[in-house]
Amino acid sequence: MNTPLRRVGLAMLAMIALLIANTTYLQVVEADGYRADPRNQRVLLDEYSRERGKLISQFNGEVLAGVKATNSRLRFQRTYTNGPVYAPVTGYYSIRYGAGGLERSEDEVLNGSDPRLLVRRMSDVITGRDPRGGNVQLTVDPKVQREAYQQMTSKGYSGSVVALRPQTGEILGMVSTPSYDPNKLSTHDSNQQQEAWTNYNNDPNRPMVNRAIQDTYPPGSTFKLVTAAAALENGKGDASLPADSQIALPSGGGTTLENYEGSHCGSGGNTVDLETALALSCNTAFAKLAGDVGREPLLDQAAKFGIGGEDLQIPMRVAQSSLGEIADEASLYQTGIGQRDVRLTPLQDAMVAASIANGGTTMQPQLVKEVLAPDLTTIQEFTPETLDTAMSGANAETLKQMMIKSEENTSGEGKSDLTIASKTGTAEHGSDPKSTPPHAWYVAFAPAENPQVAICVMVESGGDFGLVATGGKVAASIGRATIDAALRGGG
Amino acid sequence: MTPPVPGGSAGGTGPSAQGSPASGQSPAGAGQPASGQTDPGRLPPTRRGTELFMLAFAALLVTSAFVLVEANQEQTLTWAIVWYGLSYLAVFTAAHLAVRRWAPYADPVILPCVALLNGIGLVMIYRIDLAQTEKFAGTDTPWVDAAPRQLMWAAIALALFLGAMYWVSDHRTLSRYTYTFGLIGLIALALPGALPSAISEVNGSKVWLRLGPLSIQPGEFAKILLMIFFAGFLVSKRDLFTTAGRKIVGMELPRARDLGPVLAAWAVSVGVLVLEKDLGNSLLFFGMVLVMLYMATERVAWVVVGLTLFVAGCLIAYNVFSHVESRVHAWLDPFADYDAGGFQIAQALFAFGTGGVGGTGLGAGRPEMLLRQANSDFITAAIGEELGFVGLAAILMLYMLVALRGMRSALAVRDTFGKLLGAGLSFSLVLQVFVVVGGVTTLIPLTGITAPFLSAGGSSMMANYILVALLLRISDAARRPQQQARPRPQQQAPLSDAHTVMVERPQ
Repeated sequence: MNTPLRRVGLAMLAMIALLIANTTYLQVVEADGYRADPRNQRVLLDEYSRERGKLISQFNGEVLAGVKATNSRLRFQRTYTNGPVYAPVTGYYSIRYGAGGLERSEDEVLNGSDPRLLVRRMSDVITGRDPRGGNVQLTVDPKVQREAYQQMTSKGYSGSVVALRPQTGEILGMVSTPSYDPNKLSTHDSNQQQEAWTNYNNDPNRPMVNRAIQDTYPPGSTFKLVTAAAALENGKGDASLPADSQIALPSGGGTTLENYEGSHCGSGGNTVDLETALALSCNTAFAKLAGDVGREPLLDQAAKFGIGGEDLQIPMRVAQSSLGEIADEASLYQTGIGQRDVRLTPLQDAMVAASIANGGTTMQPQLVKEVLAPDLTTIQEFTPETLDTAMSGANAETLKQMMIKSEENTSGEGKSDLTIASKTGTAEHGSDPKSTPPHAWYVAFAPAENPQVAICVMVESGGDFGLVATGGKVAASIGRATIDAALRGGG
Repeated sequence: MTPPVPGGSAGGTGPSAQGSPASGQSPAGAGQPASGQTDPGRLPPTRRGTELFMLAFAALLVTSAFVLVEANQEQTLTWAIVWYGLSYLAVFTAAHLAVRRWAPYADPVILPCVALLNGIGLVMIYRIDLAQTEKFAGTDTPWVDAAPRQLMWAAIALALFLGAMYWVSDHRTLSRYTYTFGLIGLIALALPGALPSAISEVNGSKVWLRLGPLSIQPGEFAKILLMIFFAGFLVSKRDLFTTAGRKIVGMELPRARDLGPVLAAWAVSVGVLVLEKDLGNSLLFFGMVLVMLYMATERVAWVVVGLTLFVAGCLIAYNVFSHVESRVHAWLDPFADYDAGGFQIAQALFAFGTGGVGGTGLGAGRPEMLLRQANSDFITAAIGEELGFVGLAAILMLYMLVALRGMRSALAVRDTFGKLLGAGLSFSLVLQVFVVVGGVTTLIPLTGITAPFLSAGGSSMMANYILVALLLRISDAARRPQQQARPRPQQQAPLSDAHTVMVERPQ
């Protein structure tokens, strides 16, 4: 009976061979597919247990996001200094919910997989050190960021503050309130993580939305800067404009458009010049001006400031700002004063101010100053990039002078002997604009003679002033405080 | 005419060349101790030294594996390694001494292979403990370390191994208790199914016997008992099964009335499936019966009949039992129902994929992703992840070595009962590996049985150590020089001394 035994022996060999063949298929042929499957957390977990690079401010080397060694299986925990203050800048890094903000867009550098870090990674392998991620130096100025956040939260405002360096596009501050604490999302306690995530996402105030770049708002009168720029660039800077307290919209069927509180523009007379109209923020004048400039020139001018650009990245993606359709003349009138379908991100509005401050050259805004190796040597440096030339230097100077006049007419606290060029905005929104508190805006740059910082403040729904809120009353003081913080030896 | 003379030695203490023709009395030609022919004065080597050397090598590998796990997981070395290492050494030193004492001619490869498998299993269980402890820390059901228990089971299994070695001094004595073993085996197999769920059900499978703190799976022992029964039964009733029936398509079908035992086995395995919801053991049991029947009768017809019954059983089970159906669905497409039924098997596939050819390294994988079965049913997936294809293939080779050495001993042993039992035990080992690894690698549907020697679990460990003891006993019998010399044929005097004989020429 040895023959059947031998045959069974062969069958046993065949069974093992079959298993090995199938394992070969799984672990050699199909392996990459399984390894890269998004549901496979293994590779991800490896990444999370690596020492992630830091986010550092360019000014005092303050570590905005670092790591703390732990005793748990994931060897490092992400920690954020003043989490809620910097959350719109840093983003979050969570085991369960992935990464957001800069943590996501600079992930390859931070986790060490960026090709620019390859040589160093190889040397780490040879010297037996644990692979580490590269560091990212940010343009953010902690003084600006903290002051702006402090200003917004002390009054309980929802909104955003953006501060740019006009000449380079460096983002000195980017605040969004209410904010969230990324430390709660990076904790290794998965229950706490889940609780924080659920709370933040169910909060009607949407703390995890970065209002500076992810939301667009009607800019109201701050948009008059764009209309004025278009007029100046198209040779309509010295046109005389209607001073009426209200005008009828063309083909509007009797619909009228009126000035703030229905007041007459200027000290008397039926017409005003552009400077007065901007300084007093006359709606009727700018509506008519937009009509005179025309749809295409206005769209062109907006585009040169960056509005309508589709893929602005800082390196996080910025929501697209837009003027809307502008289907008819009446829409054009309303667009001219920043209403109708005009929607800007606060960052975009700050870019308009920065461009005027920079002699008409719009710079690409940027949050990353340098990419650093784990040992803090520079791998790549940020170079300022011009986005477009929005205005001639002379026209920019003219517009600046108008903005200085506008600042003189603006109320609000925090005025100093500093010369600020600004424009306020009080934007109606919602389905019932007359009974919805307006968004309060303030865009400015200073010092006017040699601009070092351009800012945009946006306070959602009137802050604590309700229906009577204006850009001047609500937003201006925050803007001035932010400018102060930036200029006080802000490098 | 010169009669053959044993070279050199006139007396001839060893069996003479003349006395052991390869044909004739013993069909097991390979089993003849060949050494006696060239050097009749010396016994064949026992090869115990080889075994000891290989055991030491296995111990070295296992110790290095422990060190790697510690280094990767804890970044420090703890005293735990020393304790585990020493206990491991003690267990296999005792086993080796027992083999030296009671089965000196046993196959030298089997025990080191088993030691290595057991050691790697222990390392993996310890490693999975570290991961699971962390994963379940702070939850309502903290992880209970399995490695110390596994070590305890190994010690108990060793005691059973020693017992089997000592009491079963000749495997043929087992055939005397064929029916007793059969009855006990059947009771052990059926017991959990008949008992109330409170005592027998864990995680949906009614295969347990929970007695206070101890819980054992009697089915694991039943497999061995029933194999002894089948070997004995088939040897005594061989003729019955070889009677030819009708001939269909060139194949002689057995007579209808001889189908009884096959049908009975089929019924038992279906019963196990229905009452105990245990796919794996049902499959294992039926496969073993079929193969032993084939080996005893050399009739392919039995296999064909059995497989037909098996396919029919599968189809019925698929349509009737929801747990069978869900297993099949999870096998066909683990990702279709990722969040529920397919999760674990999909994680196993991820583990294999992430491991790739070389593996992530011991202690650097994520076995906790395989849920609570990571150290039992899914231990081969954890090995595939951390040791890679190379490591898993090596494990499979180890199993193959053990089984093929067992099969070789079965071929070499002289008695039919020993042949059948040895071959059956070897085959059952491979079949079990095929079912568990095939299930985890989605070659076949997942059935939920443990990997022999690797997986955490006392019953499987104890039963498999008895299995090894029996295999060693059979291999010892196969290689041992025969104690009582056969009646030697009359020694013919050399031609020169022979008397001259007058032969009368036929007229």
